[in-house]
Amino acid sequence: MTSMTTLDRVVIRFAGDSGDGMQLVGDRFTELSAAFGNDLATLPNYPAEIRAPAGTLNGVSSFQVHISDHDITTPGDAPNVLVAMNPAALMANLGDMARGSTLIVNADNFTERDLEKAECTSNPLTDGTLENYTVYEVPMTSITVEATKPLGVKPRDAERSKNFFALGLVCWMYTRPAAPLQEWINAKYESKPMVRDANLAAFKAGRNFGETAELFSPYEIKPASLKQGTYRNIVGNTAVALGLVTAAHQANLPLVYASYPITPASDILHELSKLKNFNCKTMQAEDEIAAAAIAIGAAFAGSLAVTGTSGPGLDLKSEALGLAVSLELPMVIVDVQRGGPSTGLPTKTEQADLLLAMYGRHGECPIPIVAARSSSQCFDAAFEACRIALKYRTPVLLLTDGYLANGAEPWLVPEIDDLPDISVEFATEHNHTNVDGSTDYWPYVRDPETLARPWATPGTPGMEHRVGGIEKQDGAGNISYSPQNHETMVRLRAAKVAGIANDIPDVAVDSVGGADVLVIGWGSTWASINAGVNRCREAGHAVDFAHLTHLQPFPKNLGDVLKGYRKVLVPEMNLGQLSRLLRAEYLVDAQSYTQVNGLPFRAADMEARIMEELAR
Amino acid sequence: MSVNGSTATATAVNLTRKDYETGQEVRWCPGCGDYGILGAVQFALAEMGADPANTVFVSGIGCAARLPYYMNTYGMHGIHGRAPALATGVAMANPSLDVWVIGGDGDMLSIGGNHLIHALRRNVNIKILMFNNEIYGLTKGQYSPTSEIGKVTKSTPFGSVDHPFNQLSVAIGAEASFVARTHDMDRKHMMETFRLAHEHRGAAFVEVFQNCNVFNNGAYEDILKKDARPDMIIPLVHGQPIRFRSERRARCGGERIRRAVRARPPMWACATCSCTTRRVPIRRWRSRSAAWPTRRIRPRRSACSAPWNARSTRSKCRRRSTMRSSRKALATSASCCTPAPCGRSTDLAGAPATCSYRELGGPHGVRRARETQQSRRATQPSTARAAS
Repeated sequence: MTSMTTLDRVVIRFAGDSGDGMQLVGDRFTELSAAFGNDLATLPNYPAEIRAPAGTLNGVSSFQVHISDHDITTPGDAPNVLVAMNPAALMANLGDMARGSTLIVNADNFTERDLEKAECTSNPLTDGTLENYTVYEVPMTSITVEATKPLGVKPRDAERSKNFFALGLVCWMYTRPAAPLQEWINAKYESKPMVRDANLAAFKAGRNFGETAELFSPYEIKPASLKQGTYRNIVGNTAVALGLVTAAHQANLPLVYASYPITPASDILHELSKLKNFNCKTMQAEDEIAAAAIAIGAAFAGSLAVTGTSGPGLDLKSEALGLAVSLELPMVIVDVQRGGPSTGLPTKTEQADLLLAMYGRHGECPIPIVAARSSSQCFDAAFEACRIALKYRTPVLLLTDGYLANGAEPWLVPEIDDLPDISVEFATEHNHTNVDGSTDYWPYVRDPETLARPWATPGTPGMEHRVGGIEKQDGAGNISYSPQNHETMVRLRAAKVAGIANDIPDVAVDSVGGADVLVIGWGSTWASINAGVNRCREAGHAVDFAHLTHLQPFPKNLGDVLKGYRKVLVPEMNLGQLSRLLRAEYLVDAQSYTQVNGLPFRAADMEARIMEELAR
Repeated sequence: MSVNGSTATATAVNLTRKDYETGQEVRWCPGCGDYGILGAVQFALAEMGADPANTVFVSGIGCAARLPYYMNTYGMHGIHGRAPALATGVAMANPSLDVWVIGGDGDMLSIGGNHLIHALRRNVNIKILMFNNEIYGLTKGQYSPTSEIGKVTKSTPFGSVDHPFNQLSVAIGAEASFVARTHDMDRKHMMETFRLAHEHRGAAFVEVFQNCNVFNNGAYEDILKKDARPDMIIPLVHGQPIRFRSERRARCGGERIRRAVRARPPMWACATCSCTTRRVPIRRWRSRSAAWPTRRIRPRRSACSAPWNARSTRSKCRRRSTMRSSRKALATSASCCTPAPCGRSTDLAGAPATCSYRELGGPHGVRRARETQQSRRATQPSTARAAS
């Protein structure tokens, strides 16, 4: 037995054809590591086509997982280990690999035809391309076929289990326990005994190969010391779904979620449709507009109404959002951002919907915006969006993105008793007295503090009223075209949203003292900025860091915070949308650092840009 | 809260039209057909004893869509075309409400066509009243998806070249479980139709011929003027044979078509909906412009050669001919409901649905129709399905 080396962290990338099951293998490795107690972050990366032509560069699907024995936020910049199932996977990912890192390749898939498909003129295994790397050529396919032969599996079917061979090998290298995975395979393929046995055999063959081939020495990554509590592994879309259900529970309202299938937001619908037991109704609408309209109808009828989508869907929902603003009904719109414009990059991440969320409707149409910063924090962000929507009777936009939606990390499951009560009271009594002494219900009489209007739901006797998208008379809610009334109503709606600033926490600055550079971000860049700032600090530089969860309205202290620094750097996965807002709002010289390649920032790039700012 | 508006009668006794009127000034043009429809809706609700607190009127945009403001119930005036979706949300969140959807032909068939067909397909428990005036009124007179070919409007000065929808075929094509047509000149018939729609559990589609005396005056004059009505309107009552004027006079009933009836109007089409198969006269094209040739629909005098009592063969042919040529089949008066495809609901009067065209070799075939019929009868109505 070779000696065991202890590492504090490792980044592993599984890469193969989009039909090779790399996402599955990545997911399983993540689950195993989560169960083992490591901190982790993942980055799935796959093409939009369900099955791109096999073996080509376009069809490469990869899953990167970063595991550690300490608190980490990013999926890591450069993988330490790349598992490549074919030449295309190798070549597509080689550029990201640091010199000296480890490559494990499936040697069976380097025939001339495979090389041709991957557009290789010569075999990278032999032409010296890989001389700066530690390369292990493992005939994964043939060993898998051999290992499954006694089971009577046809070679063609046996080949399909090679991803479990790779997983077995990597699990042995990083001393992951085998039992949970075997249990999972048993449960998952219960109805297909042949597939189950083949996968089990392949997994076992992978482990055995590691142990007997004596090519590698195993590594150990100790569990991370996280705060005590119950943890689970979670991706952003699941966290949003659980956040919504929890908010509905704490609000004592039924949840209605209407959505139209769209990448990468569909998983929220999938998750919620499993949670009917929490008084949650889901609806797959005929289109994006209908999904928004159904949510508005459900809000009118007294539910916590939510609709979810991605950028193209948000475009379509714009008119309905205007109606929701005008009706002043509580509603949450989840926008899982993806690369745009138009269809853009459906499976890649971007943060370019901020200005759309902010201004993308006709007329003066302010909508509060909450943005999640990490996969697990999607839960809190969803809860917060619901809280604001219910308290202020307004639609609220919740922004997440493709990276958060699919990226996994451990999540400390909160105690339900620790969460705030956000229940609302429906109006059941008349609130207006006419000159003749009779009383009426007026739907637009406002709470003096929050400026929220009362919420009377159909079915309540005596509270019959009409609402609509036409400008309405302040208080009574009847149609009014009066110029003065319109001015009043536009300003009231704006003031209501602006007033939410009094009800959200100040922006917290992660300060080291004496810094004259502030890095400020929003959304999923939190992880990369955090990592980049920490690297600069380790190098002995003073850099402060702040991150925004509330983007409309901004926290009250934001202006003062920004003015306290000589330089403000705003990294964003767009062409500078937040920096524009900060400049416009606070007249600060916010410098923009942008990237729109469909991937999160790398910590090293972030560090370099911050260093540049420090030197400037 | 009552399960259905009709059961609220016990609590809300002696309701009158006044109970459904709001203080808002009704702002349709003087002489608009919408006044008559509003009155009929209010009278009908009073007669049914529908609890205002349990009733929701949802609308999109257009002249018709202002109606919720004039109803002293819960109401939402939404955005153009989206009323069926808004109403689906209301019905889904609270299935015990009586949800009515009001819209015009532009709202329902043009910008909101998608929502209409899907609401009907899902059989959501909403009552859709489509006021059809064959024109865009609120935008001051453009041709609508139900305007006839050759229609001269502000946006079609040389006559429209677009073929209009056959709105009842749209509804039936979406397999609506209740389809009816009425007109704004006959309050009694409107009230009766609204009542039947209200009693139907599932999506009900009611088209109301409505005159726009400003932009499309006399849209239905050839049908609705007093002396034309007996010939041009054929009452359809679910489960009853269709009787043409001469038959109604002769009281002979029966299943045979009278020669006199067949000879009268020049064009023919099958009834869009009925459980007996008869041919119903339809109107001539009113081509007001010679600039564009109009497409003449060839009369399908006999869609099939099978004997009238061979229902299965007949119905197959009937459907095809309906789809092709029954523009404005005058299936009005009294009531009419589709023959409950796949047993999604029973008919209005509670009598069993007599036939289902789906069973007769439609796209889904006989066996599947029977299977779904059995399974659907056993399951909850659509609002529950929508919630799943």
